[in-house]
Amino acid sequence: MANDNIIEVKNLVKKFGDYTAVDNLSFEVKRGEVFAFLGPNGAGKTTSIKMLTTLLLPTSGSISINGFDPIRQQHETRKSFGIVFQDPSLDDELTAYENLEYHGILYGVPKGLRRQRIEELLKYVDLWERRNSLIKTFSGGMKRRLEIARGLLHHPKIFFLDEPTLGLDPQTRNHIWSYIKKLNKDEGITVFFTTHYMDEAAKAADRVAIIDRGKIIETGTVQQLLKKTKTSSLEDAFLSLTGHEIRDEAVSAHEAFRAHHQMHSR
Amino acid sequence: MNSIYILWLRQLKRYFRSRSRMIGSLGQPILFLVALGFGLGPVFAKAGQGNYLEFIAPGIISMSILFTAIFSGIEIIWDRQFGFLKETLVAPITRWQIMIGRTLGGATVAVFQGIIVLLLSLLFGFRIETFVLIPQMLIFMLLIALLFTALGTAIASVLEDMQGFQLIMNFLVMPFFFLSGALFPLQGVPKVLEVIASIDPLSYGVDGLRGAITGSFHFGLSIDLIVLSSATAILIGIGTYLFSKIQI
Repeated sequence: MANDNIIEVKNLVKKFGDYTAVDNLSFEVKRGEVFAFLGPNGAGKTTSIKMLTTLLLPTSGSISINGFDPIRQQHETRKSFGIVFQDPSLDDELTAYENLEYHGILYGVPKGLRRQRIEELLKYVDLWERRNSLIKTFSGGMKRRLEIARGLLHHPKIFFLDEPTLGLDPQTRNHIWSYIKKLNKDEGITVFFTTHYMDEAAKAADRVAIIDRGKIIETGTVQQLLKKTKTSSLEDAFLSLTGHEIRDEAVSAHEAFRAHHQMHSR
Repeated sequence: MNSIYILWLRQLKRYFRSRSRMIGSLGQPILFLVALGFGLGPVFAKAGQGNYLEFIAPGIISMSILFTAIFSGIEIIWDRQFGFLKETLVAPITRWQIMIGRTLGGATVAVFQGIIVLLLSLLFGFRIETFVLIPQMLIFMLLIALLFTALGTAIASVLEDMQGFQLIMNFLVMPFFFLSGALFPLQGVPKVLEVIASIDPLSYGVDGLRGAITGSFHFGLSIDLIVLSSATAILIGIGTYLFSKIQI
């Protein structure tokens, strides 16, 4: 492969009205890499993922996902990735198996392979015994594990995870990270995740992009970031780069937009 | 084809799993059959129009299909709020397939609901001359169901939440029903009402369904078929377009 960047983003901008949620992002993710967007809520992480995954049109800039343009080649782009959204996205009235079956058919996975893959993945995330239970009987952690299994069903090249451990207890969080890392090793899949937990970025990612107020402040391995800021922890590096702690702003991009809007309409 | 099938199957599973919804939505048709069918029956007979229950049964069947179809379409708003819509939108299928799959799924559910109401009205004394009529009835039930599921789906693709729901019920669904000739014959009504009824797509569904049973049509069999199927095709086109514009 001439180009070993599986994701390439150049000058990506997203504006909602006059509020700039994503401000001129440029970055690359290498094939097989685990890449993290680390930043507070409202930094533009989810908005960026939505643009990379065809759910939202950028205001300007260019994106390449597995060599495809998510704006002009939606179909090919959609086939290239799997995704775990920040909010739950399962059908509560269907069983675990049915949710995966729905996904497999929409992604055109042939019947024999589909059955085999569903069984394999459900066992992988320890939900095989519960395959015929309705999702409404599942805990938050179980739902999240099922969503991970679902996102991998069609053998995607890239796996997007938007705050995959949000709202889960520490034990479940660890559990989920061990799955994701194992996957990256076993299937050679490129992982792109967002988080506002320092420890997750430090532990799981090969490279981290620190994102704040819609801008990438710095990109590099954790070692590089520490070296650059002459700090000993990612917390300190973050503070040194952005001038504030990560917990300062507990608002989502949408809320920030609304607050901004209200301020201006007064 | 498989994608359309699984979208269709999902709607059916959801419907058959929520018994309370299935049973709950029978309350209104029963009330209409009893209160109007029996209540207005003597007046209708006195006016020399015959058996009112025979007259409104097709109207009430149409009503239950209309309501179920619109609701099924609007269910997309729930999908949006509970996050499941993202899973469908991000899948590598055309927006046309999503629209068709959802419309077929919702319409099947609505036809099923219509059949239950048909059986109920037989229980209340509604009579069908010969069973040869049943295929023609089913065709019209399906056409009504397709039309209004497509409409509900198209509307839901532009609504963010259930806020606009009351508006749709009061200014769209209720007028569709009450102005369609479901409850009264369109012959001899004031001109204004006749014009309104002729732009209400449900009028053609009711007319077709009633005509299938009695053999006499107000608009005519072919006009009913043409209006219902072309309106459905247009709405599916609009719905597909609106789906392709959804951003989350």
